[in-house]
Amino acid sequence: MAIEVRIPTILRSYTGGAKSVEGSGSTLDELIADLDGRYDGLRERLVDDVGLRRFINVYLNDEDVRFIGGLAAPVSDGDTVTVLPAVAGGAR
Amino acid sequence: MRYDNLLDSVGGTPLVGLPRLSPGPEVRLWAKLEDRNPTGSIKDRIAAYMVAAAEKDGVLRPGSTILEPTSGNTGISLAMVAKLRGYRLICVLPENTSAERRTLLEAFGADIVSSPAAGGSNEAVRMAKRLAAEHPDWAMLYQYGNAANARAHYETTGPELLADLPTITHFVAGLGTSGTLMGTGRFLREQVPGVQVVAAEPRYGELVYGLRNLSEGFVPELYDELVLTSRFSVGSVDALRRTRELLAAEGMFAGISSGCVLHAALGIAAKAQAAGTPADIALVIADAGWKYLSTGAYGGTLEEAEARLEGQLWA
Repeated sequence: MAIEVRIPTILRSYTGGAKSVEGSGSTLDELIADLDGRYDGLRERLVDDVGLRRFINVYLNDEDVRFIGGLAAPVSDGDTVTVLPAVAGGAR
Repeated sequence: MRYDNLLDSVGGTPLVGLPRLSPGPEVRLWAKLEDRNPTGSIKDRIAAYMVAAAEKDGVLRPGSTILEPTSGNTGISLAMVAKLRGYRLICVLPENTSAERRTLLEAFGADIVSSPAAGGSNEAVRMAKRLAAEHPDWAMLYQYGNAANARAHYETTGPELLADLPTITHFVAGLGTSGTLMGTGRFLREQVPGVQVVAAEPRYGELVYGLRNLSEGFVPELYDELVLTSRFSVGSVDALRRTRELLAAEGMFAGISSGCVLHAALGIAAKAQAAGTPADIALVIADAGWKYLSTGAYGGTLEEAEARLEGQLWA
């Protein structure tokens, strides 16, 4: 088993067009580093000096990682990580 | 209950238990029925507050024009308030919003400017900001950054909830402008030690995010991460499934964003039940289902409904 990572359309140029890729690691940071080894440049689009980029949202099993440790959030096999651009709300 | 006029009747909505969806007598769900507001959504609260604040500040004068980016409920609420207070309203509306919302806005006398579907609400915000710059005499209330939006909930929604449910442990609401969560969340955090403030964020189909440039993302000016304790992303199929469960189990005909909120609330309830921790979880039903009938959300299989929602802003 591995960790499934869902990639938004705008970043699929880094994953050869794949909608979802698999990776490993014990934290989100390690997972992103693992992916960056195969999909060069992906990390740079997700993370800056401070942490996750402002307009990037990352969800671990549908929960925003910013509330569960950010890049240090623990991840494990079988988890699903979803990357999405920040958008304005819907029917507001 | 008697009121002198429609505006005075905003708020004071019922908090109704969900006995069939609650996991047990110690972990209970309570729905704040915001569809009971004059135009049928929670947005009547912020429309009344934002207009009153703009009048007080002199931004709005008799005969003024209000401009607002909105995919629906806020526009309908503002149209009602503008009608009663004597203003013209122009709404910037993404073209992929439901037909009912458009028809309602037109019925209230609002003018509509369409923004491209591909950009979703982000593009509506950008277009409205551009129009506001071109027409300095128009007043853009700008719900995403207007302090009166959050204040409406700090002063009304929050106190109403606490009065009806002094034992509240969790507050769950949809995340859009973030006004409901920021205002109610701040009030509850001041009054209730340890209260959890949980955001349920709609996750749309790929079409909505597709063309989004990451450097041009959008975070509402009102949003302050520190007010929240957690934030969940809820996909269309879960939101649809919960919207139907709410109707089937509790007889509540809610809009799809309420299904999104219920999904997050049920997740929290299940965790509390498993841990043996008592919980009183209040969740916001932002509107009823009427405006979404044409989306096909309530008929056919879930898969069919999900396919019909692809590319639509359902919350």
